[in-house]
Amino acid sequence: MITALWIMVALAALLGMILGYASIRFRVEGNPLAEKIDAVLPQTQCGQCGYPGCKPYADAIAKGEADINLCPPGGEEGIHKLAELLGVEFKPFGENAQPKPKAVAFIDEQTCIGCTLCIQACPVDAIAGAAKQMHTIIASECTGCELCVPPCPVDCISMLPIEEQLTNWKWRYPVYALRQTS
Amino acid sequence: MIRLHRFHGGIHPPTHKAESTRTPIMSAPLPAQLTIPFRQHAGEAAKPVVQVGERVLKGQLIGEPVGAISSSIHAPTSGTITAIDLQQIAHPSALPDLCATLVPDGLDEWGVRQTLSYRQLSSDELQKHLRRSGIVGLGGAVFPSDMKLRHPIVVDTLVINGAECEPYITCDDMLMRERAEAIVRGIEILRHALGTDAVLIGIEDNKPQAISAMQRAVDDSSHPFKVIAVPTVYPGGSAKHLIKVLTGVEVPSGKLPTDVGVQCYNVATAYAVHRAVEHGETLVSRVVTVTGNVEQPRNYEALIGTPFSDLVALSIPKADTNRYIMGGPMMGVELPAVNVPLVKASNCVIAASDALFPPPPAAMPCIRCTRCAQVCPVELQPQDLYWFAQSHNFGKAQEYDLFDCIECGACAYVCPSSIPLVQYYRYAKSEIRARDHEKRAADLARERHEFRQFRIEREKQEKAERLAQKERAAAAAKAAAEAAAAIPTPLEPNADAEDTQQMRIDAALARAKEQAATAHPRNTEALTPEQRAEIEAIEVRRAHIHSLAADAGADDEPPKNSQGN
Amino acid sequence: MLSSPFITRPLSVDRIMLRVLYALVPGIALYVWYFGPAILVSIALAVTAALATEALMLKLRDRPLRPFLSDYSALLTGCLIALSIPPLAPWWLPVIGSAFAIAVAKHLYGGLGSNPFNPAMIGYAVLIISFPHEMTHWLSPQGVGQSVLSLGQQLHYIFTSALPAGMQLDALTMSTPLDTLKTQLHLGMTVSDIRDLPIYGRLAGKGSEMVAAGFALGGLYLLVARIIPWQLPLAFLGTLFALSGVFNLIDPTHYAPPLFHWFSGAAMIGAFFILTDPITSPTTARGRIIFGIGAGLLTFLIRTYGGFPDGVAFATILMNMCVPLIDTWTQPRIFGKKKEDKR
Ligand code: SF4
Ligand code: SF4
Ligand code: SF4
Ligand code: SF4
Repeated sequence: MITALWIMVALAALLGMILGYASIRFRVEGNPLAEKIDAVLPQTQCGQCGYPGCKPYADAIAKGEADINLCPPGGEEGIHKLAELLGVEFKPFGENAQPKPKAVAFIDEQTCIGCTLCIQACPVDAIAGAAKQMHTIIASECTGCELCVPPCPVDCISMLPIEEQLTNWKWRYPVYALRQTS
Repeated sequence: MIRLHRFHGGIHPPTHKAESTRTPIMSAPLPAQLTIPFRQHAGEAAKPVVQVGERVLKGQLIGEPVGAISSSIHAPTSGTITAIDLQQIAHPSALPDLCATLVPDGLDEWGVRQTLSYRQLSSDELQKHLRRSGIVGLGGAVFPSDMKLRHPIVVDTLVINGAECEPYITCDDMLMRERAEAIVRGIEILRHALGTDAVLIGIEDNKPQAISAMQRAVDDSSHPFKVIAVPTVYPGGSAKHLIKVLTGVEVPSGKLPTDVGVQCYNVATAYAVHRAVEHGETLVSRVVTVTGNVEQPRNYEALIGTPFSDLVALSIPKADTNRYIMGGPMMGVELPAVNVPLVKASNCVIAASDALFPPPPAAMPCIRCTRCAQVCPVELQPQDLYWFAQSHNFGKAQEYDLFDCIECGACAYVCPSSIPLVQYYRYAKSEIRARDHEKRAADLARERHEFRQFRIEREKQEKAERLAQKERAAAAAKAAAEAAAAIPTPLEPNADAEDTQQMRIDAALARAKEQAATAHPRNTEALTPEQRAEIEAIEVRRAHIHSLAADAGADDEPPKNSQGN
Repeated sequence: MLSSPFITRPLSVDRIMLRVLYALVPGIALYVWYFGPAILVSIALAVTAALATEALMLKLRDRPLRPFLSDYSALLTGCLIALSIPPLAPWWLPVIGSAFAIAVAKHLYGGLGSNPFNPAMIGYAVLIISFPHEMTHWLSPQGVGQSVLSLGQQLHYIFTSALPAGMQLDALTMSTPLDTLKTQLHLGMTVSDIRDLPIYGRLAGKGSEMVAAGFALGGLYLLVARIIPWQLPLAFLGTLFALSGVFNLIDPTHYAPPLFHWFSGAAMIGAFFILTDPITSPTTARGRIIFGIGAGLLTFLIRTYGGFPDGVAFATILMNMCVPLIDTWTQPRIFGKKKEDKR
């Protein structure tokens, strides 16, 4: 009995030492966790998570300061991915953070006065135009973050949901109604 | 005699080809209205180049190719373009696409027909001609034919695909029976352009008449082409599998036949090439089989854009017909509506009823019986792919070579559990593609965001530097003035010289920037509404081009941000 | 909207299972011929229990009853269990075996298609571990036992466990030829001495060798009809033959000859009906060969050195565990890819 106990203790100590050594020997430089988290985030850069962009949010998660259910653009799938990456439980979205369908911004060029305020707000430089000219959204680069909507003094920016087209149409998961075949 | 090879698996569904080969190809009458989609080929959709209300001649260009992989669209007959808008097309999504509506004037008047003498033609010129003529692969994949001549490596074998392995479809069969000579001439043009010697024409041995017609045409032409009867097995008409059967070479996964020195064209494509080169006819019609649950199954030569309903009406559908399938029963798509237009990819339309194609019984769980794996021509493990696809385990599905699946449907054909396997694969493939796309968009957004951060940082620094320099310059000027006042010497202190130079450059830069900022804004006040509209249109097009450029993955940043600061 | 292909030619699950059931018929017929009709009662009991359990589990799991009850898979499981236990067993033996096989080994693992272990073999294993005594009373073939029961007496025994006055259970039954061989070898007899005992026939046990031959016949039909893959029975029987042959050549007094192994116990029914269950066997050709070899090896080892009379059931279960691994290892080369390109 006593011997068995000693063996267990010795084994535990040995394994502990090996683990400790490994953590020193194989330590990875930098903060790859934050980078891995950042790779999972949708990069909408919208700030809905309460951080000024995806990277800061990733840093916060990596430090354990932020929850994983704060990024609405990532959708439930994003939370699942984060949960898997971090080895924690899935957590549903809170009341005030619900994902919306994907959209792109659209500038009503009749109304636009060329104030450049939206350009300054856009986190990914997706708006083309110069001072006093009409501005246009480069749809393929717009992340749909909505940050350009509030600054516009003439309210000419609207968010258009991305519609299903031939080019982005997807095959559905096969769902077959059970049909009686006599 | 050439030794034939085998590929793994395959099935032998009842062919049902006899029904539609009893009568010769019939010319379909001119329909009252044609709907011509601008996306009829693999790659980028064509761009409309005609206006609503314009009169067009038969064969006239109405859509021009955009980007490298694209093709031209032509008016199938003479008449008036009455609309260019979104119309329903033959696509499983039932989503509309951009189409031109053409009301024929009944004259069927050809526009300019540019014939060429192929022997004097370089491969390059032929490629241009095929692209202009809208020639695409008519076997179903509608890949632009000119792209297939763009070969960086030597092609030593040209394979002509007359296998037509899918049940019900007989358009290639009839074309070979009736127009073998023209096909052989088309093959010769392609052979000439590719500079190959060996030409193998593979035809499944259930088409003896087509084989003998082609053999006769080849003999008459005295070209050294080989007409080869290949065993009838589905999917023996898949290009890669026909190449394997004829040459024994396996086209590596993810590679093109040209990578192993083989190129493959469909017989109908060869025919279209002949018409385009030697008659100057752009691709405005094709032969299509109308069969299945109809009174008179047969083949029609019909104009592109003809509503399927017109063709089906000619063959008189039986009363219990309740849906229509474009293509064969193994790989075709159910038409969202029967009045959608015929396109270049349409080789067949089948009237279907529940008696002809009984709806599948409810799917049972997979019992791992591997009947699917036994028939899969790609030697995949469909039961594993199914397992991964249905559990959304896309990474695993890719690892098990999901993207090598040719969606032939052989697996679903034999599955005792009636699992819609192919639909699972299609679902998984499109999900994976969408995810890849999203990932790329996210990476782009990250990059642009980081760049913006960097730019803001830099601008801040530059501003600070400029301020500092101005102060320094002022101080230097003051010092210089003082010095000049004190000692009249033309020498300036060295360090200050650099500073002033920098200052001058900065000043020049600032001036240039200012100029750019003032020069660019257009005089938007004193313009007529028409002018404004025009400018707007240009602006929209420009934005579109920018987005296209961005889509094309151009690394060099197009000047999207010309804001003056 | 439906997706292509629009035509199918399925040999549906129920028709596959039905053919497997047909293939059992010759074996069962010979069973009745040599051992009397008690086996039919046993099959009826096991099948009823299997179907009832299946229905109950489907209800509990909220699945449609009709397609799953009519796929004959539960029926087949019941049959296989009845065929692997002694026919003159109290009624609850086949019932418990089937119920456990269907409820635990099949449905708790996810139902048809998801069970990692062969349900019939799990049922058998549970019975032989829990009720070893009942599981060893096999009927003597006709003409060997001292006395014979009429069908009425058998039924009476099955349902009440009471024998007609003056009869001893031991006088009616015996242990299997394999079991006898093992016990007698322990007692110091040689193989040839043992095989002179009245219960042995030309190849193996009298009567039971013919039943095995009947199963083999059904199995050949399944092979010809391409219902089962050829790799599994071939690899299994081949391994069993080769191993026992080698041992028999080295020491014929202690090791039974290959044909004895083939035609006794569950070797034949195992080779053609149990190992070949598609759900619990590998999906690749090479994997099936590995699986068959492994099962043959384990069967021989358990028969020769193990504590149980027969090894097929445990060999099957052990090999079932290895199936995912075997499948992963033996992924075939796909069209247009070299083996090295893979993963
Ligand atoms: S909420 Fe917006 S900023 Fe925050 S991580 Fe998600 S996409 Fe990025
Ligand atoms: S254009 Fe507007 S919505 Fe789009 S990314 Fe820029 S700020 Fe966000
Ligand atoms: S559809 Fe794909 S998996 Fe099925 S048989 Fe064809 S190639 Fe194989
Ligand atoms: S044929 Fe159907 S049931 Fe059989 S293994 Fe393939 S998917 Fe499973």
